[in-house]
Amino acid sequence: MCLSIPAEVTRILPDDTAIASIDGVDKEISIALIEDLTVGDYVLIHVGYAITKIDPTEARRTLELLQELSGEGQELQS
Amino acid sequence: MKYADEFRNRVIAEGLARAIAAEADPQRLYHFIEFCGGHTHAICRYGLEDMLPGNVRMIHGPGCPVCVLPPGRIDMAITLAERDEVILCVYGDLMRVPGSQGQSLLRAKARGADIRIVYSALDAIRTAEQTPDRNAVFFAIGFEATTPPTAVMIQVAEKRQLGNFSVFCNHMLTPAAMNSILESPDIRDIGRIEVDGFVGPGHVSTIIGTEPYEPFAEEFGKPVVIAGFEPLDVMQAILMLVRQVNEGRYEVENQYGRAVTREGNLLAKKKMSDIFELRDQFEWRGLGLVPYGGLKLKQAYAQFDAEVRFAMHELRVADNPACDCGAILRAVKKPADCKLFGTVCTPETPMGSCMVSAEGACAAHWIYGRFRGPQLRRAS
Ligand code: SF4
Repeated sequence: MCLSIPAEVTRILPDDTAIASIDGVDKEISIALIEDLTVGDYVLIHVGYAITKIDPTEARRTLELLQELSGEGQELQS
Repeated sequence: MKYADEFRNRVIAEGLARAIAAEADPQRLYHFIEFCGGHTHAICRYGLEDMLPGNVRMIHGPGCPVCVLPPGRIDMAITLAERDEVILCVYGDLMRVPGSQGQSLLRAKARGADIRIVYSALDAIRTAEQTPDRNAVFFAIGFEATTPPTAVMIQVAEKRQLGNFSVFCNHMLTPAAMNSILESPDIRDIGRIEVDGFVGPGHVSTIIGTEPYEPFAEEFGKPVVIAGFEPLDVMQAILMLVRQVNEGRYEVENQYGRAVTREGNLLAKKKMSDIFELRDQFEWRGLGLVPYGGLKLKQAYAQFDAEVRFAMHELRVADNPACDCGAILRAVKKPADCKLFGTVCTPETPMGSCMVSAEGACAAHWIYGRFRGPQLRRAS
């Protein structure tokens, strides 16, 4: 129940709701807890609510750091 | 980027495991608690414990909201659901949680109580709208990540003037429980385990931010690393904890920068504080009464508070004495230490709540690690 999933917002609807796509499956979610959301943003969904936006810059930074820390940077550079 | 698969790469995980092994001092043991059931789930599912060097051990903490719900609250919910006018809306995980004397919501439903499983907090509002002549009660549980959705529901119910909607509030607060673990006499006096650091809750922190952990790290001198839920997130957090311990630091670090900031989700925090206030104490299974460990609805929203509306009585009942959940949630024992683990107690017939939800320590061990324990024991 604590698990939440990243999903892409594909449509903003009235009444603080939106459609999010999880691996190609559309789901109606509440966006009452997020300010300034636009189509194309990724959010974490928890019990049907977007609880936070995912920051793409930070995500990339973490991935780079992970490669560096693991000493496997070369193999996975894409 | 999908923000999931990228953080599950096996080659990188192995590289991180090598880095942890290289940096962990072979002369000492490292005991880290992962507070959150989501982390327990990831550790068991991806077999991360097997990748760690022997002197770096993970202790599965109490962070599954289903597991820490005391049996008395389940009994209260059953009594409520048995009222003719009530429809109880619950998350599916709760159905099998044992109350006292072998009772559960599942059994109450079989006896005829109107209990409906909802997948989203929004479904409970819909139930209220569709059944205007009955009372829809939402069985609200969870930590800070599930609390703002409940707050939104109450705001919606108020706006739509839903007189037949209310909430049985069981929301709990994590920093209070982390304090309680470190102050627990089992850990201080018996000294059976020493905690060297915390993998901090990820989703909770999307809401409350990393800041509430700062006084905690300071007061107890323990490092905290807030981590995401993919295997690479957890491995990186462990490496960060090893480094802090080696360098004698005890800071709050944030591994989960893509979702968590220092101040958290301000809008969600505002909604939470508009609707809820602290309880003086709240019972957690395994931890007992935790000071300021839970939330209740503010007086201004009493009309949506099921405990007020139905004059519910607080019930406290003892756990099943054969179940070691209490010690496991306090991280003093491991699931396999329990006599009932995997024999009498399985996810189909749980004796304690840690066997119910996939994030519970016992269930996670049963589902993903059931053959490892006995093999290790034979080998030693
Ligand atoms: S195995 Fe079952 S009875 Fe034993 S501690 Fe876990 S939940 Fe309780």
